[in-house]
Amino acid sequence: MSTLKQAQKRAAKAPAARPAPSAGKPNTLMSYRPPDRGTQPDLLFPPYASTVKRAPSQALVRLPSTLSEVTGPLFGYDRIHANDYDLTAQHNGDPIGERIIVSGRVLDANGRPVPHTLVEIWQANAAGRYPHPRDQHDAPTDPNFTGCGRTLTDSEGRYRFVTIRPGEYPWRNHYNAWRPAHIHFSLFGPAFQTRLVTQMYFPGDPLLEYDPMYLSIPTERARKRLISTFDWETTIPEMALGYRFDVVLRGREETPMENDMRHLLKGL
Amino acid sequence: MSLETSASQTVGPYLHIGLTWLVTENLVAPGVDGQPITISGVVTDGDGAVVPDALVEIWQANTHGRYAHPEDTRDLPLEAAFKGFGRSPTDKDGRFRFTTVKPGRVPGPDGTLQAPHINVTIFMRGMLRHLVSRIYFPDDPANAKDPVLSSVPAARRGTLVATRTPSKPHALTWNVRLQGDGETVFFDT
Ligand SMILES: [Fe+2]
Repeated sequence: MSTLKQAQKRAAKAPAARPAPSAGKPNTLMSYRPPDRGTQPDLLFPPYASTVKRAPSQALVRLPSTLSEVTGPLFGYDRIHANDYDLTAQHNGDPIGERIIVSGRVLDANGRPVPHTLVEIWQANAAGRYPHPRDQHDAPTDPNFTGCGRTLTDSEGRYRFVTIRPGEYPWRNHYNAWRPAHIHFSLFGPAFQTRLVTQMYFPGDPLLEYDPMYLSIPTERARKRLISTFDWETTIPEMALGYRFDVVLRGREETPMENDMRHLLKGL
Repeated sequence: MSLETSASQTVGPYLHIGLTWLVTENLVAPGVDGQPITISGVVTDGDGAVVPDALVEIWQANTHGRYAHPEDTRDLPLEAAFKGFGRSPTDKDGRFRFTTVKPGRVPGPDGTLQAPHINVTIFMRGMLRHLVSRIYFPDDPANAKDPVLSSVPAARRGTLVATRTPSKPHALTWNVRLQGDGETVFFDT
């Protein structure tokens, strides 16, 4: 597929140098490095039909990192309620489906935890149905399941949700199109530049190799990063299977020296 | 240690289920400094069709030019009641809307000051990564020397500047054209 080539071309177009942060002001206006080459989908990916009329046709304009980009909204515990992390406890009864624990860490590309950051999730019910007016799939809704959760990471970047395993569902992208089971994730991180919306998939899902959204990610390594792993340690006996899913947000540029090295390496 | 950044994926058509709780279309609480203004617009696709399932988020400084963020350490008034974050889903007519204040100026590269602007992210079905743009203000003399506006080809700069309704001086319009004629400038940040 030419996607990989397109992605490489895009990465090659990235600017070679940016102003070094002024000495003696550690962290000040040090930008967040662009995502690594091959990790992000192109905006235009025709196998996902809706991109064709929605993707911009003009090249993106490079935005310098200013205070506007290295700051961003921060959210506190005042907005989070007790059952927001537990999607099985938001109604009077238990939702139908297999209970699962989804947990992991939010890290930056330098390997450091991203503490106290908002994580929002949404997903279909066990039958593959969303309680949404646009969802016309002929599968039952569940009065005990909305499929919406949120939490803040702890000081080590950890988060944890209790939910049920979402069902696969059909969509109209192409003949006989089915989305693999997935949970939508929305994260903010510390800055405007670290915003990320992604999806978590499940190991061994046979639909992944047919899914244009999953396949829009250029490299296999980056695709695999979106597949959660079964986790025996967070599995609770007689209660729920554990799945582990770590999310990596953009990391800050390091020292100007490392910066230069990185650009040199990219040129190789 | 170095890790690869996780891939972006679309919000899909059912984004409202997870993201509605934080919808914030009015950023102005009582007592916040500055003249309240409205900014609204319509998102259209490459066929000119309205996009009824997009989500627009904004991030901005307060009227004094201060961001509610620990890395903005300048000695300017910080208002507890102004967080600077907004989130608005488009309606069936493709329209999003915010009530806010015009932000003050914030520093740009190399000791310059930027013209007042609002930072924008846009999410929707059919968008595998979110779009990044900016809203500038009409008739602001600082626009002429703004380092970001100046980096945009002159013919496209206007797509980043809101327009004023003559009869309603505090109502601004900023439309988003995803593709084609008058395509909005989107940034790689
Ligand atoms: Fe979905």
